[in-house]
Amino acid sequence: MVNTTIDLGRGLVLRNPVMTASGTFGYGEEYTDFVDLSQLGGIIVKGTTLNPREGNPYPRMAETPSGMLNCVGLQNKGVQYFIDTIYPRIKDFDTHVLLNLSGSTLEDYVKGAEMIDALDKIPAIELNVSCPNVKQGGMAFGVTCAGISQVVSEVRKVYHKHLMVKLSPNVTNIAEIALAAEAAGADSVSLINTLMGMAIDAERRKPKLSVITGGLSGACVKPVALRMVWQVAKAVKIPVVGLGGISNAIDAVEFMLAGASAIEIGTANFIDPAISAKVAQGINEYCERHGLQKVTDLIGALKC
Amino acid sequence: MKQITDFKLIEKQVFGRSVLLRLRSDHALPDIAPGQFVQVRVDDSPSTYLRRPISIHDVDFQQNEITLLVQQVGEGTKHLAQAETGTYINMVLPLGNGFMIPEKGEKVLLVGGGIGIAPLFYFAKVLNEKGINPSLLLGGKSESDLIRLSDYQKLGDTFVTTEDGSLGEKGFVTMHSVWQKQSFDRIYVCGPKPMMKAVAKLAAEKDVWCEVSLENLMACGLGACLCCVEDTIDGNLCVCKEGPVFNTRRLKW
Repeated sequence: MVNTTIDLGRGLVLRNPVMTASGTFGYGEEYTDFVDLSQLGGIIVKGTTLNPREGNPYPRMAETPSGMLNCVGLQNKGVQYFIDTIYPRIKDFDTHVLLNLSGSTLEDYVKGAEMIDALDKIPAIELNVSCPNVKQGGMAFGVTCAGISQVVSEVRKVYHKHLMVKLSPNVTNIAEIALAAEAAGADSVSLINTLMGMAIDAERRKPKLSVITGGLSGACVKPVALRMVWQVAKAVKIPVVGLGGISNAIDAVEFMLAGASAIEIGTANFIDPAISAKVAQGINEYCERHGLQKVTDLIGALKC
Repeated sequence: MKQITDFKLIEKQVFGRSVLLRLRSDHALPDIAPGQFVQVRVDDSPSTYLRRPISIHDVDFQQNEITLLVQQVGEGTKHLAQAETGTYINMVLPLGNGFMIPEKGEKVLLVGGGIGIAPLFYFAKVLNEKGINPSLLLGGKSESDLIRLSDYQKLGDTFVTTEDGSLGEKGFVTMHSVWQKQSFDRIYVCGPKPMMKAVAKLAAEKDVWCEVSLENLMACGLGACLCCVEDTIDGNLCVCKEGPVFNTRRLKW
């Protein structure tokens, strides 16, 4: 028997290292026909903002080689709707339910985090710092050390449970950004969010996405994600959660070898809705095959 | 309940740039409503990453068979059309909501354009089983678009238009003389968006209830990613989960 438990700190203990990435797994309900949620370490539900957002116009998606671009634009009904309508439906899932929180102003993040702090069955927030700060000319909070430091420290003041900060890869030095998040009080960092990209329909001479640019995800981003996880894990002392193109258990093991304590499955959920539980099982099998007693033995075990 | 299942390709028929795929599962099929769709995984096609949403053309619950009518539009569907009989094709099904089943005695018109005729076959068959004889109005660019026309004709009065006049009345479905000669209680439409909008407009002018089946670009097919949204009076709704069938009164067309 392999011990698959992962302790990410401040009370967030996962039964195994596999979670599902925000925006790719709905509220979990969409996948219960395919996945026994008790087989997962946790699910990170759809990106939520303080106020409702309609998101961007259609088309919001373009397929790319071994991946896809999206510009959904954080469509969601807001934190209060989540608390009133969705939380009661999903709070008793037999897995950890984490909420991904976004904002376009500092005040929105803080207010949202305060409201979520009061929810007993949400043990952690994953803070999305890749959204534009409307008061700073639309530059994302998470692309400067000062920006991430500010948002994380303000949220930290009001949020008492596990605070995971999801890092944007659209930066020059991701390790510096991760260190700033750690210093500001993050309990863990997850990475990578999507890579900014675009797609063009040459025949029509038009962009394929309604707002021209979007976030790239899927198998194609895995080498970039793996490199960034490795760099960040070397730099910080808090746990690192790895994601970006993980499509099977061996991909997940690679992220753990690079230094991730846990992983998230994202776009792969679209191709195989049952993949998350298969990855959890596959990590177990890898550990057995390699004679490991506990899955934590994989973390940072890369031989360089 | 939705399932992920490998289907064996039992029979393949080519109709110009479309292909009819008869697929059999080893397991019992779930309940499938007319208008629901499947998400097909396209294997060994390097440029195809996501599944392809395809409407359900026919179902045989005795044989655990589903038939798809696939038009080769891009790399994914081209690759799918090259599958050889005996190979396995992985599908997630059934997805979305089907057409509203009308009451017995109501006059029903099913309007299909191009490959949009595909889901109307299973719909008409189910209506027949319920004792409803729909009328069908099928349009294409030319005669070759009207795949399995003689089979459709067995399911109800069938009217045809082609843009080049090679079969039926020349022009678009909205120009067919049946609109002058008959009235209907319910109109169901599947086809290219401009065609569906034109029929929806005609239905609105006649104050007739109308449902359309949309095919927005989608990724997950389960209502998780929010990519395939359509602008409705209730905000942006996922075509994959809230649709693909919508009452036209809900759409901001």
